Amino acid sequence: MRHLSTALAALYAGLIYLFIFLPVVVLVLFSFQDGTLPVPPLNGLTLRWYEAVFSDGKLMAALGNSLLVAVISSAVACILGFLAAYAFARYTLPASALLRGLIVAPMTVSTLIIGLGLLSMLNVTGMRLSLVTVGIGHVVINLPLCFAIIYASMGGHQVNIERAARDLGAKDWQVMLLVTAPMLLPSILAAFFLSVTFSWDEFIVAFLLSRFDVTLPVEIWSMLRSGLDPKTNAIGSVVFLISVVFLILMELTVFRKTGKSS
Amino acid sequence: MTATALERAERRKAWAFALPGLLWTALFFLVPFAYMVAISFWTRQGREIVATWTLDNYVAFFAKAHFFKGLMVSLEITATVTVISVLLAYPLAWIIAERVPKKWQRFALVMAILPFWTSYVVRSYSWLLVLSKGGVVNQALLSIGIIAEPLELSANRTGTVIGFVHFFVMLLTLTIYANLIQLSPNYRRAAADLGANAFQTFWHVVLPLTLPGIMVGAFLTFVLCIGDYITPQILGGNNELVLPQVIMLQLGRRADFPMAAALSLVLMVVVTLAYIACARWLKMERT
Repeated sequence: MRHLSTALAALYAGLIYLFIFLPVVVLVLFSFQDGTLPVPPLNGLTLRWYEAVFSDGKLMAALGNSLLVAVISSAVACILGFLAAYAFARYTLPASALLRGLIVAPMTVSTLIIGLGLLSMLNVTGMRLSLVTVGIGHVVINLPLCFAIIYASMGGHQVNIERAARDLGAKDWQVMLLVTAPMLLPSILAAFFLSVTFSWDEFIVAFLLSRFDVTLPVEIWSMLRSGLDPKTNAIGSVVFLISVVFLILMELTVFRKTGKSS
Repeated sequence: MTATALERAERRKAWAFALPGLLWTALFFLVPFAYMVAISFWTRQGREIVATWTLDNYVAFFAKAHFFKGLMVSLEITATVTVISVLLAYPLAWIIAERVPKKWQRFALVMAILPFWTSYVVRSYSWLLVLSKGGVVNQALLSIGIIAEPLELSANRTGTVIGFVHFFVMLLTLTIYANLIQLSPNYRRAAADLGANAFQTFWHVVLPLTLPGIMVGAFLTFVLCIGDYITPQILGGNNELVLPQVIMLQLGRRADFPMAAALSLVLMVVVTLAYIACARWLKMERT
């Protein structure tokens, strides 16, 4: 009886894992397809689609744009989030619950609405669509996340250390930069990397708020119009690899945090 | 006297730290949002948006079949996806929490959500490779001879649902697992002491205790699913459109900002109602 249920559990888990991994495995496998269609039968293995991807100026520009927007918008979101978290955790502000609510509000609204709102406002102001406008939108999306993560890790136990630094003559900015920020570094980094993965993958806002300089998801989107293509598989596999690298970086920073505290 | 001066200085500092973030959110979220609400009550004439206040867009939503149908299709697909995802994810989360040895659990969990981190656009596209007429599933079934004609698995609702379920099984496995390992083993021990067998313990003790967690995960699934444009656009074909597709169509083809804004706000109201229902249910559970 026990053996039967273990076997059933293993079978079920195996089937679900197959379901979860099937599209990714097919994507990567057929990115090596020696033919023009990424569907069975597999004719042979080749690296030419990867060569095509890396020699495609538009794709590489989009990849660069994506990384640029992700890193800069996440850095801005982290800095603004950290400053705000510091203000709310260490000082008493009037109507602080309401103001905290304002900062996390974008989290509750779909990115379609954030993108549409920004687009219609930019139309009025006459500001041109560019990577900057995409970045502004990504900061709006990621600021609540960065604020929430950093605010949650600001506890009373750091206050005494900050006070000690102040007693020893450190100025406010020195306390914040040399004492508070290093103490919170694991959560700041976690917020940063999480924010990078979100921005790197974000489509709707990037689609609505960009025109000539596009990010990678938008460029891949326009490639999809030409149908199934092993080149799309190759760039998709590259994107997956980069996402996993971000994920490992995040896991390491978060893991270091939990490792230290225990 | 000095105290108040000090207090004032402290308060000024607090504002200086909080203000950049607050201003960013106000300027690039609150103002655009308010403007969008206003636009949804305006009209488009030719290529211009005219600021005459009217309920026309909202009336059109209920009066014109293709707008209202978009919401209905969205709700149907979202409900189907949420139910299937919960039913598939719960056993997996349970197996990882109960049957996998402790030191392997984290690995099993990371593996169960790894493709979650593929680019969203790429993930939907890769399902196309699996489900299309010449795709892996059809080719495999054809070659074993189970089917004579390729199945219609993409460019319809089936494709959309499979693509969505894939994404949300991963999300729900994570949330339900987190819920399961928080359960104190005392509950189960007590149930066993009272003579319950494994199934009875599960049905009368474990499942009810994890229901709030399931509800939270299901709500998350609902919100993300009903607002998504990518998966239905890539896998769903263009026979029946979900509301986000209708919204993007208003924007892209017709440049009708007022209508797109009104439809987005309808979508937001639906999500808010779901949130209220979910929150109320959770409150009832607790009392």
